[in-house]
Amino acid sequence: MAEQRRRRAFRPIQLLLGLPFIAVICVPFYNRVGPELLGIPFFYWYQLLWIPLGAALLYPVYRSGRGEL
Amino acid sequence: MGARLDPLTLGIFVALFGGVTILGFVASRWRKGDLSDIAEWGLGGRRFGTLITWFLLGGDLYTAYTFVAVPAAMFGAGALGFFAVPYTILVYPILFAVFPRMWAAAHARGCVTAADLVRVQTGSGILALAIAATGIVATMPYIALQLVGMEVVLAGLGIGGEWPLIIAFALLAAFTYTSGLRAPAMIAVVKDLLIYVTVIAAVIVIPSELGGYAKIFASVSPAKLILSQGTARNFGQESAYVTQALGSALALLLYPHAMTGVLSASNARVIRRNAVVLPAYSFALGLIALLGFMAVAANVKAMPAYAAGFKAFGPNFAVPALFLQMFPSWFVGVAFAAIAIGALVPAAIMSIACANLFTRNIYREFLHKDCGLKRESDVAKFVSLVVKLGALFFILLVPQQYAIQLQLLGGIWIIQTLPAVFIGLYTRWLHPYALLAGWAAGLAAGSHMAASLGFKSSIYALHAFGWTLPCYAALSSVILNVGISVVLSVIFNALWARPVTGEMAAAG
Repeated sequence: MAEQRRRRAFRPIQLLLGLPFIAVICVPFYNRVGPELLGIPFFYWYQLLWIPLGAALLYPVYRSGRGEL
Repeated sequence: MGARLDPLTLGIFVALFGGVTILGFVASRWRKGDLSDIAEWGLGGRRFGTLITWFLLGGDLYTAYTFVAVPAAMFGAGALGFFAVPYTILVYPILFAVFPRMWAAAHARGCVTAADLVRVQTGSGILALAIAATGIVATMPYIALQLVGMEVVLAGLGIGGEWPLIIAFALLAAFTYTSGLRAPAMIAVVKDLLIYVTVIAAVIVIPSELGGYAKIFASVSPAKLILSQGTARNFGQESAYVTQALGSALALLLYPHAMTGVLSASNARVIRRNAVVLPAYSFALGLIALLGFMAVAANVKAMPAYAAGFKAFGPNFAVPALFLQMFPSWFVGVAFAAIAIGALVPAAIMSIACANLFTRNIYREFLHKDCGLKRESDVAKFVSLVVKLGALFFILLVPQQYAIQLQLLGGIWIIQTLPAVFIGLYTRWLHPYALLAGWAAGLAAGSHMAASLGFKSSIYALHAFGWTLPCYAALSSVILNVGISVVLSVIFNALWARPVTGEMAAAG
């Protein structure tokens, strides 16, 4: 019963939800000034970029799992 | 502060603030329900669709204090203050994964609070009491801090004294009492629109006046522009930054006001959709954070006109000073109204959430077991008044520093409800007494770490095998909490068979 439920609940596409965590955890990668974008250091634009990117990753997971909890 | 008090600024501020107050009272008639039912008063009848939930959660999670304190942290501490951005990046995957399930479980069992859910899932009233008490104690200083946000803009307007704050809070208390969650839901629409207008204007107007983003970032000292890098055996600011982002994301969603906002959605899909569209606010927050650097570039701190404000509020005065310096006076009125109204929405939702917790998990559970729906809703309304009054007295009588320190502790405390609330959604294996022991250990360890830092910081350096890992105390203490809950569950489950409640039998 529990086995069955787990198999139904998990879909590989849900792994996308983990990507923002990886993006945020690798601090040494983005903790730098260059390359700058429009005068904004990498540290700032990289993290700002991940806001829409994170939302964009949620969308396919949302589409694939409609009607499911 | 001091002599300014521009009549145009003040007029626009008062008009906008008065307008939303009227809206707060009118809200009681919106999608009319029986407000003597706690699910109607305290959850808006669980009828909010995608759009209203978007405004409500946006207005709820991105508080006035956030708008003041995040740029203030950037202004004072530099890059470290930017952790608010990765924090909001992480909130939404968590919201998406966990909360539809929470909504469904709460809806099926008529739960109004997280503690209600813990009560039915574990069968333990004591554990539910611990969860409810943690929620109330952690939220109270948060409400008080919304007042700080309001106080700062009032000072920026040039209004001194305590009476404007008292009037604003009396109005807030009155419309929350009559309209319940409908009031902040309606006001949130206005608040969010004002915030967006302000942010868009700020990121266009101010950089052009200051000579572009390159110049703004060039004015920040190199040491504050990025995090200081770790050494071979010390992770330094980098681990402090990322643990604070992760811990804050987990803590935010456990706060009672987040729970109330989410549970008022009309179905689980509304929550999923909102996880996809709410990051729009995060982007606004990221831009707001950069206002801190703009305040550095504008050099407002050195200007005599703002000296009194900085003296009274420290870096929290950076954003009001920047707006006063850069915007025409009528727009200062709009921007300040956005922040002050921004305080009303979360303060109302937080007090409703505390009232729900007290009524459902303390009053009905321990004091008045056979209390009816009408009585339940009356108690909740009354408690919402008491909670706000408490916050008001706290801000007026106690030095502001204590509210900030308690809010810092609040984050460490509220995250200790994670194993019972989140993990409890997925498994009933954790024993209620093991959860209780884990909660107590997490509270004690987290509070101890904060105390050893003089309540000035929540970044506690962990030492092991010659390594140093500066870590957000909420995160390290909740890991201890989970560990203890698991280990003790193994022991307790082996020693004692648990009483099987109807609920658990149905679930098994």
